Amino acid sequence: MARRSAPEVNAGSMADIAFLLLIFFLVTTTIEVDSGIASKLPPPLPEDIKPPLIKEKNIFQVVVNAENRLLVEDKDMEIGKLTDAAVKFLDNGGGTDPRNVCTYCRGDKNPDSSDNPKKAVISLVNDRQTSYKMYLAVTNELVRAYAILRDREAKRLYNETYQSMSKRSDDWPADEKETPEYLELQDRMENVRDLFPRNLSEAEPQNRE
Amino acid sequence: MSKFKKKKSGALPAVNTASLPDIVFMLLFFFMVATVMRDDELQIENKLPQANQVEKLAEKKKIITIYIGKPNPNFTKQFGISEVIQLGDKISPVSDVQTFVNTKRNAMDEDDKDSMTVSLKVDQNSQVGILTDVKQELRDAMALKISYTSIEGDPLKNLKK
Repeated sequence: MARRSAPEVNAGSMADIAFLLLIFFLVTTTIEVDSGIASKLPPPLPEDIKPPLIKEKNIFQVVVNAENRLLVEDKDMEIGKLTDAAVKFLDNGGGTDPRNVCTYCRGDKNPDSSDNPKKAVISLVNDRQTSYKMYLAVTNELVRAYAILRDREAKRLYNETYQSMSKRSDDWPADEKETPEYLELQDRMENVRDLFPRNLSEAEPQNRE
Repeated sequence: MSKFKKKKSGALPAVNTASLPDIVFMLLFFFMVATVMRDDELQIENKLPQANQVEKLAEKKKIITIYIGKPNPNFTKQFGISEVIQLGDKISPVSDVQTFVNTKRNAMDEDDKDSMTVSLKVDQNSQVGILTDVKQELRDAMALKISYTSIEGDPLKNLKK
């Protein structure tokens, strides 16, 4: 019997397979997007301008020392309780005269605590030797206090949490940002932000010697 | 009938496409090798802390990154063991932050300049002092939008030993 050569394998579709792989990897590769706690620095102060005076009761003093201990309004505190304390302070609504009365606050209306969330300032003072993870944890807990209150108000006004609104806003398709729905969403978010503005002040760190 | 058959035999032979996959694979490998995921090679320790109130950062072209942390073991001879700042791919003094930010900002599109964000990637074990110096420099450079880049998670976990 005559020797027959094996039939050649058709390699024409090899290119298609390779392209398929190439496209698959191109599509599935996502370069990791970083996320972080957003913050805004105050602009440099001109020398001749004095910062406005703020009433003592409208300031919530948070101090972190070099040993990472937390001092809130002159009292020692565990970091786990910081958010609740901050919420209580912001939501107090102790103002009585018509200019700074807070109609939506549900706090204790303690006259010795903040008048109005718009006036309430949280002041964070840290030592140069404070560790960054402690600093970030404290910042995170304070930001969380604002987030809780904004969620509550957004839920009351628009029946949707602030968090879900901001997620919706982030996911909005880029080519539909002119639609009235989007602008309305931005408007609502702005309103909620105005009710509880993030007045988080950071003093220069202290080095007590 | 026989006329047609004759014509067919005289047509051009098909181009051999057997080497096409090789070409495509070569392209694939070239892109795989040439793609760089990380822009800066780190010369410092940079383990980010966890936080849960995080927001996604804007597009990459609007972001300037500043790293802070202790130098890697290979660099301790040169830079010591206390925290340093890494701008781009080299360790720099605090006084260079303003120049670095301004140079980067000038290279951006006009539209992106306003929404520029400085992403601070600070090692979780460093001290806040050097971060404060950097923030002071950023204020002077009018780069006011910052973000403490962190991993999503429970911040209280960081503190437990």
